[in-house]
Amino acid sequence: MADALLDVRRLSRRFAAVDALKAVDFSVQAGEIHALIGPNGAGKTTFIHHVSGALLPDSGSVHFAGRDVTRLSMHQRVRAGMARSYQITNVFLGLSALDNVVLAVQGRADAGSSFRFWRPVRDETALFDDARSYLDQVGLSSKTGVVAGQLSHGEQRALELAMALATRPQLLLLDEPMAGTGPEESARMVELIEHLARHVTILLVEHDMAAVFRLADRISVLVNGQLICSGTPDEVKNDAGVRRAYLGDHL
Amino acid sequence: MAFYRPASWQKPLSLLLLCAALALPSVLAAFGQEFYIGFATRVLIFALAASSLNLVLGFGGMVSLGHAAFLGAGAYAAAICQQAGINEALLVFPAAMGIAGLFALVVGAISLRTRGVYFIMITLAFAQMAYYLFISARSWGGDDGLPLNGRMTLAGFSLADDAALFYAAAGLLALAMLFFGRLAEARFGRTLQAIRENETRMEALGYPVFRYRLVAFALGGAVAGLAGALLANLTGLASPNLLQWTQSGTLLVMVIIGGVGYLYGGVVGAAVLLLLEESLVGVTEHWHIILGLLLLAVVLFAPKGVAALFGKRHG
Repeated sequence: MADALLDVRRLSRRFAAVDALKAVDFSVQAGEIHALIGPNGAGKTTFIHHVSGALLPDSGSVHFAGRDVTRLSMHQRVRAGMARSYQITNVFLGLSALDNVVLAVQGRADAGSSFRFWRPVRDETALFDDARSYLDQVGLSSKTGVVAGQLSHGEQRALELAMALATRPQLLLLDEPMAGTGPEESARMVELIEHLARHVTILLVEHDMAAVFRLADRISVLVNGQLICSGTPDEVKNDAGVRRAYLGDHL
Repeated sequence: MAFYRPASWQKPLSLLLLCAALALPSVLAAFGQEFYIGFATRVLIFALAASSLNLVLGFGGMVSLGHAAFLGAGAYAAAICQQAGINEALLVFPAAMGIAGLFALVVGAISLRTRGVYFIMITLAFAQMAYYLFISARSWGGDDGLPLNGRMTLAGFSLADDAALFYAAAGLLALAMLFFGRLAEARFGRTLQAIRENETRMEALGYPVFRYRLVAFALGGAVAGLAGALLANLTGLASPNLLQWTQSGTLLVMVIIGGVGYLYGGVVGAAVLLLLEESLVGVTEHWHIILGLLLLAVVLFAPKGVAALFGKRHG
């Protein structure tokens, strides 16, 4: 698929005696929400680590926006337009919500160099205005001044999303955005992701099947490091191999 | 650890202390205690050196056990400059900073690829290598060190007078603290502290983490080099002992006593440690025991350092 935004080819990774990823072929088309599902320990997070650049593969390649990024480091991939959120909330708990997003804005190439030693960040109003717009997008407008450590779990997840968005990605890698959220927060997160998907392509790793089937345009299923199925939600739902892997308990 | 934010009284207090420092030589002279001007200069110089380590350790989260190497490099650079006939501090001090900074850049470029205990060990190894290099360099005095031929001049004014050197040290320390204070709240300082808090997150926001760490490490080395050049002027000697790991340890202890990551942690720590040493050395030759007890007390009762007792710091 020539026009895929993300194109992973025959990606393999071995940890000691375990084949964590076995020649995975995987692609995400621009504009879609592509969900990656699979039982616990299937290698989903390992896969995301390889796409984002936190880990390097033994063999295979990762192409992003027509460019081979296999050997690029994580920060180079972020600059190339790939942002990720974490399974475990990963924000600066001691900073306000706004300051968290300011850090993300400041890291962007178009925000200028961060090798500035004299002018206080608080005087850079452009950074703060931009950061506010991302908090608006995720529904945290009223929490800008609140220290991140005092936000609710759901709000922290939303903040994490705002930070990822502030890097202005073409592709958003969301690693279990609903993890640990209650049903109400979960519903809000689904709405938020639907809203975001209008502007950005999303690769979603998620255990919440209701959310996955509501959101995803396409679904890929990873089992024991192998991609066993990739297709529309209906195709995946009716796939015999997927049913076997899940023993029918979710689908 | 939290991000640096100055307390509202910090600025007036530091200005007050600066004024007090400027008056100190005349006050000491009035009481016939000129001897203590040299001691006070020593405190200022170590405050500068410890503050430079605080940038690396406190703001950058890099536990370096080789920081004295840059102090020593600055001292030797000054002595060698003088040997070469350059006696003007306006040239020598920047040269000392440049050489120490460059040395730190090389050490950092290699060491910063490691983390934790490995980073501690590799910085220690570099410093010890430099130590043995200077000990064996006969043309630079070997283990006797390289003596200075009298003090230098600063913009044409001689530093031979103890008060003159004191003012030079006070001025440079004030400038350095102003710079560190601005840096901590500017983009670079925020980035550095955020990297200290969560390196992976910053990488995932697109920051080339290694580069920021390296620049901070080199900057810390350069300021330590300035302290070294001042110290060589004060003692009239560039000694290999300056580079020894015990010296790096002393700087670490100063920062820990003073307050890791507090702007004035290095200054407070240097003052406390040297004042204690000065007053205890007269009482007992086993003053290190009392120092050890103090260190225990700080770690147990004021684990954030003495500077932390004077104000809250939050995100």
